Amino acid sequence: MDATYKAFAEFAQTWGLIYFVGIFLAALVYALRPSRKDFFDAAARMPLRED
Amino acid sequence: MTTAVIQPKWMTFGEGGTALALAALAILSLLIAANAHTSEYAFHAYLFVIASGAGVFAIVNRFYGRPADPPLQMIDGKPNYNMGPVKFSAVAAMFWGIAGFLVGLIIALQLAFPVLNFDLPWITFGRLRPLHTSAVIFAFGGNVLIATSFYVVQRTCRARLVGDIAPWFVVLGYNFFIVVAGTGYLLGITQSKEYAEPEWYADLFLTVVWVVYFLVFLGTIMRRHEPHIYVANWFYLAFIVTIAVLHLGNNAAVPVSIFSPKSYIVWSGVQDAMVQWWYGHNAVGFFLTAGFLAIMYYFIPKRADRPVYSYRLSIIHFWSLIFLYIWAGPHHLHYTALPDWAQTLGMTFSIMLWMPSWGGMINGLMTLSGAWDKLRTDPVLRMMVVSVAFYGMSTFEGPMMSVKVVNSLSHYTDWTIGHVHSGALGWVGYISFGALYCLIPWLWNRELYSLRLVNWHFWVSTIGIVFYISAMWVSGILQGLMWRAYTSLGFLEYSFVETVEAMHPFYVIRALGGLLFLIGALMMAFNLWKTVMSGHPASSPAMALAPAE
Repeated sequence: MDATYKAFAEFAQTWGLIYFVGIFLAALVYALRPSRKDFFDAAARMPLRED
Repeated sequence: MTTAVIQPKWMTFGEGGTALALAALAILSLLIAANAHTSEYAFHAYLFVIASGAGVFAIVNRFYGRPADPPLQMIDGKPNYNMGPVKFSAVAAMFWGIAGFLVGLIIALQLAFPVLNFDLPWITFGRLRPLHTSAVIFAFGGNVLIATSFYVVQRTCRARLVGDIAPWFVVLGYNFFIVVAGTGYLLGITQSKEYAEPEWYADLFLTVVWVVYFLVFLGTIMRRHEPHIYVANWFYLAFIVTIAVLHLGNNAAVPVSIFSPKSYIVWSGVQDAMVQWWYGHNAVGFFLTAGFLAIMYYFIPKRADRPVYSYRLSIIHFWSLIFLYIWAGPHHLHYTALPDWAQTLGMTFSIMLWMPSWGGMINGLMTLSGAWDKLRTDPVLRMMVVSVAFYGMSTFEGPMMSVKVVNSLSHYTDWTIGHVHSGALGWVGYISFGALYCLIPWLWNRELYSLRLVNWHFWVSTIGIVFYISAMWVSGILQGLMWRAYTSLGFLEYSFVETVEAMHPFYVIRALGGLLFLIGALMMAFNLWKTVMSGHPASSPAMALAPAE
């Protein structure tokens, strides 16, 4: 039991950390790419468009 | 002689399938009612019989009245929005809001004056308290979320809601679940899990409703005529998906018998406690936060007539909020049998949550840049902005209270109640009120009856909130300090009942605050009622108020 628990905890503490940081970096890259400026500016106005 | 063109009319799969499923549910419920172990459970089974029978009748009746063709997706190049279910949920939200605030006032008075329990089992504090929490969170908040999500997803996707019967099944089924849950509490049916009190049969029914809700919402997004999925829809989707997962995890229970309302949870001991607070805190994070942030991201830009301050920040806000919230639950179990590292983990993630919370708050507030003058003239916008300010305040207070040292003073005291209510009355309440003040005139295409009355609502209930939370801060810290006070000989300085006695004035002030909040909500209901009934059509569909000159 102890070995399994230890292995699980180690996995969570290493790969879990890498996974989270990776996801966060991916979100940052997606959100902050300068080339997306016009796209996001248009998205920010979406509620204001009437049909 | 005229030749009437008789078109063959067929029931859709949705109509026929739902009617058959409801008929089967009615028969099953009748069987259960006949064999139920307790009369309370039989009462609920009969409620299911009546509701599902009424459902079958309504579907068949509607079938004979409707045109042969399904409703058009577009009319004159504009989406043919389905606002019927939105209207129902918006009205239901107002009704349950008043009911929930009223029960809250009653239990606040019961705490101050215990004689008001009247020694009647049905209206003791222990039964009315879950009635209050469920009525305000799930009945009021839930209907606000369903109404606004169905509105926002249609408008931002420029697509009609998916399904014909399905959206109605969601709103009616959800409200039926509320009735079953609420009457169950009064009759003493509970599985004793905070914010998840309904028993297994109500939980199963809610699961079906929720899956249909998810499918309708997702289907509408997939049918969108916009390339981009607007950020509010991301928040709504996170709310719907996560609540489904939480509901299933925390209600994994085995009933004693299909004829018994009683069930036993599969988790035991500290694991059960951990699952409960994984559920409990994420009900806060995804029901009371993510869902209402979706409202913030649609209704504040709309009302202020300004674009979202930073769309990029909203994306980072979304992903960091949902990834952090899910780990914060253990802070409800500080200094318990939960392993120390898990407590520390919950505390650490709670502190990290401060960042996305304030990022979102800044994004909501700064959306007003260039439109701050509207706060002076538009009390509806003011309500929503104060709501975001309360969001910032309670998401600062929460991480602070999750720190173990602070928690050793605050845990089990009224400080927690004060914290919850600054979030619930200030953030959730005000953003919901603001959304309903916008939504009802839009849905019925009316001018809001009275902005002056909104102003009165704003001030009366704001004073109520201030009374409430400041009374609970003082009371909670007093309580915490009295509990930990020792004499020079090492004995506890105060008996428990002495601490209860010391609370009394604050409980009276709290009840006064609740009364003011209820009065404000009654003003709102009157205002919205007059809005719908007065029949003044809206002058411009844009609803944008002219800035003060």
